[in-house]
Amino acid sequence: MSAPAVPLTDAPGSAARKRPRVAKPEKPAGAKPRVQHKGAILAFVLPFGTLFALFYLVPIGYAIYQSLLVIEREGTFGQATQVFGGLTQYILVFQNGPFWTSIGRVLAFGAVQVPIMLGLALLFALLLDSPLVRGKKFFRLAFFVPYAVPGVIAAIMWGYLYSPNLSPFRAVTENINFLSADLVLWAIANVVTWVFVGYNMLIIYSALLAIPTELYEAARIDGAGQLRIAWSVKIPLIMPAIILTAIFSIIGTLQLLAEPQVFRSFSSAVTSTFTPNLTVYSTSSIPNFNLAAAFSVVLALATFILSFTFLKFTQRKEAK
Amino acid sequence: MSTLTPTTPAKPARGIRSIEGKAPRAQRESPFARVSAMIVMAVFTLYFLVPIWWLLVAASKNRSQFNSTNPLWFADFSLFENIGNLVAYRDGVYLKWMLNSALYAGVGALVGTIIAGMCGYALAKYNFPGRELIFNVVLGGVLVPATALALPLFLIFSQISLTNTFWSVFLPSLVSPFGVYLARIYASASVPDELIEAARLDGAGELRTFFTVSVRMMVPALVTVFLFQFVAIWNNFFLPLIMLRDETLFPVTLGLYAWNSQVNQIPVLRDYVLIGALLSIIPLIIIFLLLQRFWRNGLSAGSVK
Repeated sequence: MSAPAVPLTDAPGSAARKRPRVAKPEKPAGAKPRVQHKGAILAFVLPFGTLFALFYLVPIGYAIYQSLLVIEREGTFGQATQVFGGLTQYILVFQNGPFWTSIGRVLAFGAVQVPIMLGLALLFALLLDSPLVRGKKFFRLAFFVPYAVPGVIAAIMWGYLYSPNLSPFRAVTENINFLSADLVLWAIANVVTWVFVGYNMLIIYSALLAIPTELYEAARIDGAGQLRIAWSVKIPLIMPAIILTAIFSIIGTLQLLAEPQVFRSFSSAVTSTFTPNLTVYSTSSIPNFNLAAAFSVVLALATFILSFTFLKFTQRKEAK
Repeated sequence: MSTLTPTTPAKPARGIRSIEGKAPRAQRESPFARVSAMIVMAVFTLYFLVPIWWLLVAASKNRSQFNSTNPLWFADFSLFENIGNLVAYRDGVYLKWMLNSALYAGVGALVGTIIAGMCGYALAKYNFPGRELIFNVVLGGVLVPATALALPLFLIFSQISLTNTFWSVFLPSLVSPFGVYLARIYASASVPDELIEAARLDGAGELRTFFTVSVRMMVPALVTVFLFQFVAIWNNFFLPLIMLRDETLFPVTLGLYAWNSQVNQIPVLRDYVLIGALLSIIPLIIIFLLLQRFWRNGLSAGSVK
């Protein structure tokens, strides 16, 4: 699992920069490079390429196109027609208070939940990799099992666990209402953490396994303790894996949908605009597809920019 | 990352010190560290497993015992009776959902893995114009969240009257940019050019070389891709939610969600939701256990390199 995770992380920026250099010597300057095995390459790339174009690129283009349209009606009950409206929908998006509240909500969620989740994942991975823990196989599996629980199912399950009258922990839930407006966001954060700690732990743990043991031996002989080895040798070496998990977590946070959608049947505090994606969903069920498409575009852009900035930021730090 | 810089110069200094004759410290860790590490692991084992344990116990009880007996221990064990009721409910719609999920996730991940593997392999092993462009576009695709595509996909599928069909959920699930990414990295690291060259000399075509020789070296990566795509499709919620109206096309997650939101009107559904939730996580756990050997092989292969 990790084998790929390790080299993966430095790819987006650096691979793009390095590759052409490798490829260049093969093409003589000016001459058109002769591509061998054209047919085979086409056969390899086309199936994925076609589907990727149809179900990734076209929808993105179509969403942008839809977001530029407005609906005009002749009179109140007249025929509705879609006409080009420029950035009208985007102006509506930027004026939409609940949408930005929901963005703020998921950002707060991410700022708290992602560090906790990744901190735990890192701690468990380091413990599994240290000689301190016995029964590694068992713990690895036990911590990973929640990942096999789909988000919807996990949310249903925890919904019952939080419930004031059905929970097995009624002693707690009768006194603390986890489903109240104040706490429900963090109740959802717990569900997400519960599901994904083990997954992130495995990615980080796999990166740890890929470190040659001689590196620890050297540090050990130098008298470094486990903590010191973890801090000074292991963590710097697995930073790419940690960054990878962080990016996926950030993307996941902004896309939060299934868990809050399920929690709507447990708690009235979860509104139809609780997260950005819920806003998209409820706007499209009105139906107001053009506005929903504009929400989607803004959300995808925000996600892209955030994860990209994070990537660049961490890479720059690494380079220093 | 900043930790990297200060530690690097520190190492040689320490090395010199040890050469001066400091004996390597005893390998034993302090009992205190051991005990506290085990306590942390034990506490979190409870955190991760108790909810699932509760689900198993709750699913094994009949209605009257659900609220009147110890919620974390079995009463009369009526799990199989409950399962029978669940399966019989509304002509076995639950089984239909499980079957749908198996089709969406099983077939989808299998086909998706093959095409992602092929594409990643071509990007790794052949030189052709546009290769970097394709790779970078696919890489951008990794960062585009699948949920952002659900709504435009719905609009497109409704243009061609394909919403509320099996294909509307199945086809978009086939695309895994992350799979291409992984396959490329793994193929360039683990499939030697000499091997492909040798196969060529033996007269094997490119496609045949891929399917008979190269694929074998890529197995750990392909299993990983399959596994993650399977989970992603099995867990997918937004796309089916937005695409499907017909209950008989639902994957199990959407079906249980629909039942759960009707619990207040139809109280009997609560039992079915809990039993159904328990059953729905078993296939994934089995798949993880079965394929564990493969991805562990993948890990060791990765660490050798």
